[in-house]
Amino acid sequence: MVSIKDRAEKAVNKQAAIGADIDLNEYEAADVKAHEHIDSLDDLTKSDKDTLTSVGMMTDEEDRSASFLQMDQSEVFVNNMFPGVEVMGTAQALEKYDWLPDYMWKAVQVDADKYTATTELGAKSGYFIRSLPGTKLELPIQACMYIGDDSVRQTAHNIIIAEEGSEINIITGCSTAAHVDNAAHIGVSEFYLKKNSKITFTMVHNWAREVDVRPRTGVIMDDNSTYISNYILTKPVRNLQAYPTAYANGQNTKVFFQSILAGKYDSVIDQGSRTVLNGINSQSEMITRAISEDESKIITRGDLHGKAHEAKGHLECMGLILSDESKIYSIPELRGDCTDMELSHEAAVGKIAEAEIQYLMARGLTEDEAASMIVRGFLDIDIKGLPEELAKETKNIMDLSMEGM
Amino acid sequence: MLLEISDLEVEVEGKKILNGVNLKIAEGETHVLLGPNGAGKSTLFMTILGFPKYEVTKGKIIYKGQDITSLETHERIALGLGVTFQNPPAIRGVKLKDLLKIVDKNEYESNDELDEEVIKLGERLKLNEQFLNRDVNLGFSGGEVKRSELLQLLAQQPDFIMFDEPDSGVDIENVELISKEIINLLDQENDNSKKGGLLITHLGYILRFVNATHAHVLIDGKITRTGDPEEIMSDIRKSGFGEA
Ligand SMILES: Nc1ncnc2c1ncn2[C@@H]1O[C@H](COP(=O)(O)OP(=O)(O)OP(=O)(O)O)[C@@H](O)[C@H]1O
Ligand SMILES: [Mg+2]
Repeated sequence: MVSIKDRAEKAVNKQAAIGADIDLNEYEAADVKAHEHIDSLDDLTKSDKDTLTSVGMMTDEEDRSASFLQMDQSEVFVNNMFPGVEVMGTAQALEKYDWLPDYMWKAVQVDADKYTATTELGAKSGYFIRSLPGTKLELPIQACMYIGDDSVRQTAHNIIIAEEGSEINIITGCSTAAHVDNAAHIGVSEFYLKKNSKITFTMVHNWAREVDVRPRTGVIMDDNSTYISNYILTKPVRNLQAYPTAYANGQNTKVFFQSILAGKYDSVIDQGSRTVLNGINSQSEMITRAISEDESKIITRGDLHGKAHEAKGHLECMGLILSDESKIYSIPELRGDCTDMELSHEAAVGKIAEAEIQYLMARGLTEDEAASMIVRGFLDIDIKGLPEELAKETKNIMDLSMEGM
Repeated sequence: MLLEISDLEVEVEGKKILNGVNLKIAEGETHVLLGPNGAGKSTLFMTILGFPKYEVTKGKIIYKGQDITSLETHERIALGLGVTFQNPPAIRGVKLKDLLKIVDKNEYESNDELDEEVIKLGERLKLNEQFLNRDVNLGFSGGEVKRSELLQLLAQQPDFIMFDEPDSGVDIENVELISKEIINLLDQENDNSKKGGLLITHLGYILRFVNATHAHVLIDGKITRTGDPEEIMSDIRKSGFGEA
């Protein structure tokens, strides 16, 4: 059998199926020891703390059950505050659990492209999160991928396992330090949801204008499990391409993908979500709201693949184009492989309706205030499946990341 | 004089819609604007509000003695103009509550609750607190749209109010409710009311409750007749706009 390493080596120059081909050699792989461990998130500089807060990471760790922080390639902080959940670096988890390789490169293919291959061949970083059977934890686990130096190529291989009957909420923020302009981030995330488990995964991206981003995400789901993803990108980036895929293999599985995308400056954002409905009565709902400003370009993709009876899927993409120089392309795909399943999609791309602006102006707003209120409303999608408190907080995180829009 | 319009000509996208409109409305007066579909009634409202698309090519609009012809919409609203729309658009993600916070006189921080007084106004219009949390006009019934428009004005308390068909699509019972609030808004029970109104209606049933002092007939962008509301309404009922 060909080893994982061999497969990675063969794919190390393989261009991805979609997205611009990033020359990863322009960036430097950072050393895992480059940054030292800290005892408390409070030990970070004020500027770093502010950046973390802006992506939902509480530096006082209040209302959190665990924290993980990776800076460049180094794990700098990990703290477990509740039994029932284990959070640690992936490298450490590999030492601790000899079964862990069974979960590596099963939800994402190691030779999918140069980004997955590079992650495998580089220094082992990233986080491991596992909720033990039956654990139900409302307080979220927070994890952050932070780029602290210019020209860094950050890789992470994250493994998230929800054991049977467990329910967890994860908030991840990814950001560059305020002074960093130019960097690359590759994050491989593999989720495994056992029977009757549930994960909500809220991810806020806050990169800089010269940052290339290639997340690679796969989700494997057993019977009666639920996966909810909220993805928020409202800050500039150079080139981001992601197409997370959920394999709803079990019966009665439920998948929600919600994405809020704002293109600024000359950002190129190619963001999709895919669900393969393999399980009987599996369901998926994927919603994207995108706005484009300046010269940005957004491609939103959606792919629903119905392969089992009673599977249901709905795809919705709404785009608002706010400048003549920007573009939004919406590419929805529905694939039905059997009878007795139901897939639908709804997409609309356009500018802000003049009647809506006028209506708000008649209530006393200026034209700009009216436009901004409409845009905020447009991006304000209901967050599904979160407990009330957490839904509120997620809304706050979204509001925070939309500040100044 | 509250509002004084003289010789107003208006183009929309290069097409002339209003063709020399003259109109004077004093404090304490409520005027009715009648006319066939497409005559330019709503266009007159939009022009008084100053929407960019409605280009004034001739004439003037004087409000409380000030020439507002080239003011921006939000400046006119700040001076005390208010309107209920004939067909307001739905806005996804913008809640009726958010609009009420904009128009009422309180200063709100982003997470503040809506003022109790405004919530009570909503109840008066049969729009409960839960309803105020809905996206504005999204899936509202015809009657709810009209009541939500009035609620926004009750919170705003403008001095000069334009009502664009507040009664269309409203059942008889709700016409009475709406009329009552229009009377409140215009302070009609006060002989010294400082408010003024201009109301567009087709059926005129609402005039059984709301006291109109003058009526105008607008045809092809021109006012062709001005006079007593009851006389004019009854002529129109008898022989249409041709004779009026
Ligand atoms: N924004 C616009 N763009 C193009 N044409 C317009 C616009 N607004 C109004 N018009 C045209 O101007 C004319 C007058 O329209 P307006 O809405 O003012 O009529 P109205 O008297 O209110 O009619 P109704 O009784 O049907 O409400 C119509 O022919 C209409 O199509
Ligand atoms: Mg009209």
